[in-house]
Amino acid sequence: MARAALLGRLSWQFGELVELVHETPRVSSLYFNIPMWPGHLAGQHVDVRLTAEDGYQAERSYSIASPPEARWVALTVERLDDGEVSPYLVGELKVGDKVELRGPIGGHFVWRAGDDRPLLLVAGGSGVVPLMAMLRHRATAPHKAPARLLYSSRALADIIYREEIDRLVAANDGLLVSHTLTREKPAGWSGYTRRIDAAMVKEVAWPKAQTPAVFVCGPTPFVETAADLLVGLEYDPLWIKTERFGATGGAGGG
Amino acid sequence: MKMQTSEMKLDGNAIAGLLGEIFAVEMTTAHGTCAACGAVNEVGRVDVYIHAPGTVVRCPSCEQVLMRIVRGRGRYWLDLTGMRCLEFAED
Repeated sequence: MARAALLGRLSWQFGELVELVHETPRVSSLYFNIPMWPGHLAGQHVDVRLTAEDGYQAERSYSIASPPEARWVALTVERLDDGEVSPYLVGELKVGDKVELRGPIGGHFVWRAGDDRPLLLVAGGSGVVPLMAMLRHRATAPHKAPARLLYSSRALADIIYREEIDRLVAANDGLLVSHTLTREKPAGWSGYTRRIDAAMVKEVAWPKAQTPAVFVCGPTPFVETAADLLVGLEYDPLWIKTERFGATGGAGGG
Repeated sequence: MKMQTSEMKLDGNAIAGLLGEIFAVEMTTAHGTCAACGAVNEVGRVDVYIHAPGTVVRCPSCEQVLMRIVRGRGRYWLDLTGMRCLEFAED
């Protein structure tokens, strides 16, 4: 550990939970005070490690939801009932409790507000979390690249950050958001009500001539489908950055 | 027909932490050359399977194994047979 600290390498440290926000019935945002936090980029994640009394350890990756500018590091976590880590983070952890974490992690799936290419974000379920860090980061920037978010959720009640996203759109600063619901069609709903498909992506995505920066995040099958549809619009695969959460969400499952 | 995608497949982002334990610099932005097909891919874009005993990293172009990483009993085993070259920035 001394060597890791010397080289500025990834080391575990404790973060204290300072605020807990219930986003949906199964999803909460956890705001941590991490004393030695070196700062992060929108799109990065942290690893969380839990240690049982008998020494057994479980480790999971969670995307950071807060922008680099925020005071606390926020993780938005979906509770998976058969998970080893998420049921503890969403349900048992209380304000004042400490959790072992390390980060920020990752340098590929990141976006900086200085990037002035049109931004296309495609989210499936809790895949919206790192994309929300990007939109929050964008909201603080003096110059804002035009941005579009296509966000697929099961039902209205499952949309994470719904009110905040509405507020970001209402700021009228070049952000467009298209929701689709795959298992519900609420009365008065004006968004899409089907799984992501070619027609939907064609309506929402920037024309390829605008050479957008694209970030796709969600469960593995969703990400594969979305990336294939974008390549079908003749997007250069190198414009598209993807992050797969696995079959159920949360790298490694729960 | 497209082959059914394994729902277990992750990508290079999922091993950023593990690689951060081993390498001194950020590795998901490194470029790796596949020893089998010669394709060059950013590590963030490679296919990753973490449900095996150990981590298996495959070439997204030809599916050959690029890297195998096993961690246990305080040691790492890093098999880079399938990775002809790894190129990364100094810091």
